[in-house]
Amino acid sequence: MRVLWTIFFLLAALPLRAEEVIAGLSQNAVSLTVNFEGSEILIFGAVRREAPLPEDSDLNVIIAIEGPPQAAIVWRKARRAGIWVNTDSQTVRAAPSFYAVASTGALSDILSIDSDLTHRISTRLAIFEARNGADRTDQAGFTEALIRVRESEGLYQSHEGSIALERETLFSTRLTLPKTIVEGRYSARIFLLRDGDVIDEFETFIDVRKAVLERWLTNLAYDQPFVYGLLSLFIAVFFGWGASALFRLLRN
Amino acid sequence: MQVYLPIAETSVNAFTLLGVGGGVGMLSGMFGVGGGFLITPLLFFIGVPPAVAVATGVNQVVASSISGVLAHLKRKTVDLRMGVVLLAGGLVGSLIGIWFFNLMSRLGQIDLIVQLSYVIFLGIIGGLMLQESLRALMRSKNPNAPRRKLHQHYWLHNLPFKMKFRTSGLYISVFPPLLVGMGVGVLAAIMGVGGGFIMVPAMIYLLGMPTKVVIGTSLFQITFVAAFTTMMHAVTNQSVDVMLAVFLIVGGVVGAQLGTRIGLKLKAEQLRILLALMVLAVCGKIAFDLLWPPAELYSITVPGRF
Repeated sequence: MRVLWTIFFLLAALPLRAEEVIAGLSQNAVSLTVNFEGSEILIFGAVRREAPLPEDSDLNVIIAIEGPPQAAIVWRKARRAGIWVNTDSQTVRAAPSFYAVASTGALSDILSIDSDLTHRISTRLAIFEARNGADRTDQAGFTEALIRVRESEGLYQSHEGSIALERETLFSTRLTLPKTIVEGRYSARIFLLRDGDVIDEFETFIDVRKAVLERWLTNLAYDQPFVYGLLSLFIAVFFGWGASALFRLLRN
Repeated sequence: MQVYLPIAETSVNAFTLLGVGGGVGMLSGMFGVGGGFLITPLLFFIGVPPAVAVATGVNQVVASSISGVLAHLKRKTVDLRMGVVLLAGGLVGSLIGIWFFNLMSRLGQIDLIVQLSYVIFLGIIGGLMLQESLRALMRSKNPNAPRRKLHQHYWLHNLPFKMKFRTSGLYISVFPPLLVGMGVGVLAAIMGVGGGFIMVPAMIYLLGMPTKVVIGTSLFQITFVAAFTTMMHAVTNQSVDVMLAVFLIVGGVVGAQLGTRIGLKLKAEQLRILLALMVLAVCGKIAFDLLWPPAELYSITVPGRF
């Protein structure tokens, strides 16, 4: 009897969540160690469904990984007295320090504008422009430049069509975190879509942290800059003087 | 092998870093130059943010000049009194430089300022060095050519507040050495250099100091000004990267030892021309980047990061 009730409730809930996405990452923590040169992350998952597969629409998956947002200033150069100088700037209120989108198809085909606005999935919508920008069209140029520059540095990535969805159920993809990523909590959002609408969402996190020594040095540099300065002087004196003393010893 | 630089927040090839440190160290061993004026621009080229390159470069200057100043102190070839006056000027100059550096950082123009000052100074030094070594080459071929007079008096020396510098055998106003020291301090803070390339000629030609105390005294001033500037950058910008410094310093001290050995065996004049050409090449590369239309007109700065 109990089992029947459970099934009944599950069936009752079905129209809302007919299909569910479950996903995992190859690693939930990235450590910025001395020899860190970027990190590859495998994202894999499956679609769970308790109803027969609908036949009239396509199932799609989008994965978005987002690094901690920061304010940013975008500068534009112009020629002044023969040399190229930063002349104009626009402030961006918050832009993700890292943003990668992977999907089963072109975003314009599989994601409706409404869903994009609600979930802020495309790179352009993940960036929050300053509200007091005087000239909107000019500001758009700066925001596009921000995306272009960061794409060239591998900090923003767009891999449309890179996810293979096998038998409408299993999917996986690999994304590379470049060596210039910053510390913080990275969110990985996995969206399941049908007819351009998000039907389910799964979120997990990746913690990017500096390793013990790097973390200690950074904390010291920012929390006790005076002690840090003395440390760097000590190292300079120690190596500078020590090495020449050592070589003198070797010569004799 | 990559090294992660915790302050610059990027990673750089360890062998490239050791190569930069070692190569510049070798040159400094061969020619007796500090080499800070080459390390900092080379760091820009391998992708270290200019603010970190300047602050860490000045930390490396401490390492490369400390053993020299100790040796000169032992040999008593340091005019301590002159050193202290130059140092006093240097500290003031460094403060001015740091203030200007931070102001320009806030205005988003620091990269430009650093690059421009490198173009100007590398151009001047490279040009002078080339001219000087070509002239020396001529002189070695023609020993009867007239020599230049060393000690001349300018109106500068007769300004008020005259002071006796016994070791140098000078009785001149305190202002010229203060100004020389100050100029060098400003350069140290903005460019991450020791400034020996400006100070040594200034001490010889402007102050009229005897050559035997010039090197020791300039090293004395450079070591302390560089140490002070390192502290100021560390405290106001947090831009000194210890990890980067260690690689540069280790490469540098080993390179300097090799360079001294090689320098003794090779003909100095031809080598000097080579160094001059190299300085001019670095200058040309930076100037080209400023003059040539950039591929990307836009750049990004993140407040609080480099």
